[in-house]
Amino acid sequence: MTVTTLTINGELVSASPGASVLEAARENGVEIPTLCELEGISSAGACRLCLVEISGTPRLQPACVTAATEGMEVQTDSERLNRYRRMILELLFAERNHICPVCVANGHCELQSRAIENGMDHVRFSYQHPDLSVDITHERFGIDQDRCILCTRCVRVCDELEGAHTWDVAGRGTKSRVITDLNQPWGESDTCTSCAKCVEACPTGAIFRKGSSVGEMEHRRDRIRFIADARKKKEWSP
Amino acid sequence: MDQNELQAIAEKERKSRKPIRVSCCTAAGCLSSNSQAVLDNLRAEVKVAAIDGRVDVCSVGCMKLCSRGPLVRVADGGGRRDQLKDAVLYESVQPDDVAPVIRAIVDGGRADIPVADRSHPFFSRQKPIVLENCGWVEPERIESYIEAGGYRALHYVLREMTPEQVLKEVTQSGLRGRGGAGFPAGVKWALVAKTPSDKKYVVCNADEGDPGAFMDRSVLESDPHRVLEGMAIAAYAVGAAQGYIYIRGEYPLAINRLQTAIRSAKRMGLIGGHIMDSPFDFNVDLRIGAGAFVCGEETALMASIEGKRGAPTPRPPYPAEHGLWGHSTLINNVETLANVAPILRNGADWFASVGTEKSKGTKVFALAGKIRNTGLIEVPMGITLREIVEDMGDGIPDGRVKAVQTGGPSGGCIPTEHLDTPVDYESLAALGSIMGSGGMIVMDEKTNMVDVARFFMEFCMDESCGKCIPCRAGTVQMHGLLQKICDGNATPDDLALLEDLCDMVRHTSLCGLGQTAPNPVMSTLRFFRHEYENLLRKEAILT
Amino acid sequence: MKTEANAPSKANSRQKNGNHPSGDNRFTMLETSMKKLRYQPDALIEVLHSAQGLFGYLTSDLLLFVAHALKLPPSRVYGVATFYHFFTLEPRGLHSCSVCMGTACYVKGAGSVLAAVEGATGIKDGMTTPDGNLTISTARCLGACGIAPAVVYDGEVAGRQSPEDALEKLNEWEVKNGPE
Ligand SMILES: Cc1cc2nc3c(=O)[nH]c(=O)nc-3n(C[C@H](O)[C@H](O)[C@H](O)COP(=O)(O)O)c2cc1C
Ligand code: SF4
Ligand code: SF4
Ligand code: FES
Ligand code: FES
Repeated sequence: MTVTTLTINGELVSASPGASVLEAARENGVEIPTLCELEGISSAGACRLCLVEISGTPRLQPACVTAATEGMEVQTDSERLNRYRRMILELLFAERNHICPVCVANGHCELQSRAIENGMDHVRFSYQHPDLSVDITHERFGIDQDRCILCTRCVRVCDELEGAHTWDVAGRGTKSRVITDLNQPWGESDTCTSCAKCVEACPTGAIFRKGSSVGEMEHRRDRIRFIADARKKKEWSP
Repeated sequence: MDQNELQAIAEKERKSRKPIRVSCCTAAGCLSSNSQAVLDNLRAEVKVAAIDGRVDVCSVGCMKLCSRGPLVRVADGGGRRDQLKDAVLYESVQPDDVAPVIRAIVDGGRADIPVADRSHPFFSRQKPIVLENCGWVEPERIESYIEAGGYRALHYVLREMTPEQVLKEVTQSGLRGRGGAGFPAGVKWALVAKTPSDKKYVVCNADEGDPGAFMDRSVLESDPHRVLEGMAIAAYAVGAAQGYIYIRGEYPLAINRLQTAIRSAKRMGLIGGHIMDSPFDFNVDLRIGAGAFVCGEETALMASIEGKRGAPTPRPPYPAEHGLWGHSTLINNVETLANVAPILRNGADWFASVGTEKSKGTKVFALAGKIRNTGLIEVPMGITLREIVEDMGDGIPDGRVKAVQTGGPSGGCIPTEHLDTPVDYESLAALGSIMGSGGMIVMDEKTNMVDVARFFMEFCMDESCGKCIPCRAGTVQMHGLLQKICDGNATPDDLALLEDLCDMVRHTSLCGLGQTAPNPVMSTLRFFRHEYENLLRKEAILT
Repeated sequence: MKTEANAPSKANSRQKNGNHPSGDNRFTMLETSMKKLRYQPDALIEVLHSAQGLFGYLTSDLLLFVAHALKLPPSRVYGVATFYHFFTLEPRGLHSCSVCMGTACYVKGAGSVLAAVEGATGIKDGMTTPDGNLTISTARCLGACGIAPAVVYDGEVAGRQSPEDALEKLNEWEVKNGPE
């Protein structure tokens, strides 16, 4: 198979066969903001941060699930895209109770990083202050729903790489929550193998290792790609 | 089953009919005004009066004028429309009214009960194609459908046409999807037909989500076989052997009638293996929804058929390439499929002669709201909104029309000054509304348009699947802002923020639900901006 | 700290022979309908429809029984059961009052009917009175727009309803007035 040639932000670049627009951009050092995508698991196209403009397509397309095709002209950075991205981030901050200064993931949170990178410095929307719970019944890990952005990385990593399918999303719309088994305490889950993949995958401080204090929770998200390569390709490259 | 056998069934059906036919509507609208009791009384009284030798009492589907139900039609001529004589359509028939109706038959007169004026534009402006049998055939008896010419198109297609010829005919007819977006049916069929796939599926979308619309339901309750026939023809054209009808759980009667229809079609060999002794196999199963508007969206619908949460997935890939269980799948709306048999029976040119340049055929609307005649209407594309509202609907009981809402939560409100707009896909879109699936709600001057926008936003917020952020969190914020405006607490900045959000949610949401959720707001802002602004200045406070 | 505890007891999960240890023969009936669907995981929604039909609502125990029978992860079954509004995880009231909030009914005043019912009972849409007498819900178009606003009382559709009509019905059912 030959490489795909396309234009990203006016530059002619080549991408490996079968690459998505996001992968093509990354291969060529172009940053596209993402939140729900994680290397090593399938993409959901849900957070909409990675939307890009593609010439000849009326709709914005999510780079993470759009295949790069020969001759495609992609714009990843425009005033309009950046405005939309800031609004998406504002919506997330208003949706649940994200209080960065007391969060275990402060400084290592993808939501926080995206906000800084995209210049989202204030929230114009009304804070919803939902009444959410923390579950620390698992002996090693905890989940704080206040910090969950419903990216479903935990659901996908648990299903696709670990095969346990402990996590899923319950409810719908604004009442959606990630749950373990039959919405029972994580510590009582029959399916959880305590493999910690969801802990490494979570972009925020929602899933954390117990005992971490403020700013201590670092997720090793590259471990997910490592395991995926090992599983699927039999390649152990750190 | 071949042409002769179909003929024989039709003949036998005709012969068994008695000279006088009393038809009582038992579709949802009339049933909810107690038409079952009326039907039971009719059956009993006919026996009591000993006229059951010359009078048939039958249960039929929607006779259109739902607001005056239960409707009962008495007609001579053995139920053959071409031989009909002296038909009377009684309105609001109560169980107690049955006795006078029967007496009138015996005495050869007319009962002293309100009678619908069948020359009124409400009836005379209708152009029945989809609803040609609606209110005439007995939905629970396949013989009745066959008598009306049913399954002849399927027979002809299987015997005389190649799949390519069917595709060509449907393409030439200009039929466009009636589920909302208006995508050309022939183009979609051809896409599925040419996609290599070891299995293919045909899905009928009967989720009818617009919360003020009941066209698909009426078709399924009144003439279910027409949809099965359309599906079978589609399956033949694209090369599918399995079909699914995805129907809302809220429609128990339609589910029931479809089940009966599928069973009797299978029994007669009109569905199943070797249909009409041809090599063509086609099976149909029902899948019953469980209360989620988003499941009308095609990718969510397929997830739901597969037993999953009805969360949409990004398109592409489209169902034609990657559909049910990964196989190529054709998804069409009920009304789209209901047009198929007549097109093949009468030819593409006949169909294309109805309607406008770009919108061919007819459209069924559920006309409701603040209007005198509410009910089911089928009109040729290109008719103006004014003709529908003022002539057919007979206007508003007290007051004036303020706006007509089409397209439900994905649509918009068309103000009275645009009532002369022709009903076709492009004209409605140009006004910021959509054809939609057929809900048409008339609003009078007392209706507060900001509140209407808030109502639809609340609907979208409740029905958002929650997968993507713009729709999940954006609808909540837009609803909050609309509520704030309604309450008289909002500032001009709030209105500006609302407009920004509308733009963003529309362009960034994953599926059609989020992408169109801002439409009611944008359309009311376009035509009724002053109502928003008045509320900002606290000049009027909603109660 | 709150946790959402409603853990099913492990002893109640499905046994090898398909019978439920509780001896409740509704489980046998559910088993029969699952068998008819060949225990296809795709049939989850149909199975939940039958389960709710038999039991009235879906307990954790029941969901786990279904999960095991269809060989599905429990979280997936819970996720599906809570996505669709038709399914309920809590018992419903003796009586039900479902106000149509479709567009036609709304523009003809369904909002005030719902407000009256909510006001009189002190509960909101989707809730059941504490004594289990009444569940209030909303519907989106019953196909009865011609007689809007429509309300369904215990499965019977009534047309052209006013707030007074609805309150009269509640009185008939002896629904107690709730906190204002
Ligand atoms: C949120 C949403 C709800 C929808 N609901 C319906 C519906 O209830 N019935 C329907 O036929 N199409 C519905 N559609 C459109 C379908 O996705 C699809 O376009 C249609 O069934 C295709 O059939 P057609 O080409 O025959 O119109 C909906 C789309 C969206 C985005
Ligand atoms: S818990 Fe973490 S990984 Fe899971 S959905 Fe929430 S934010 Fe994403
Ligand atoms: S637009 Fe709304 S309904 Fe569609 S995927 Fe996004 S959240 Fe779900
Ligand atoms: S990263 Fe592509 S949609 Fe979230
Ligand atoms: S809107 Fe209530 S019955 Fe249609």
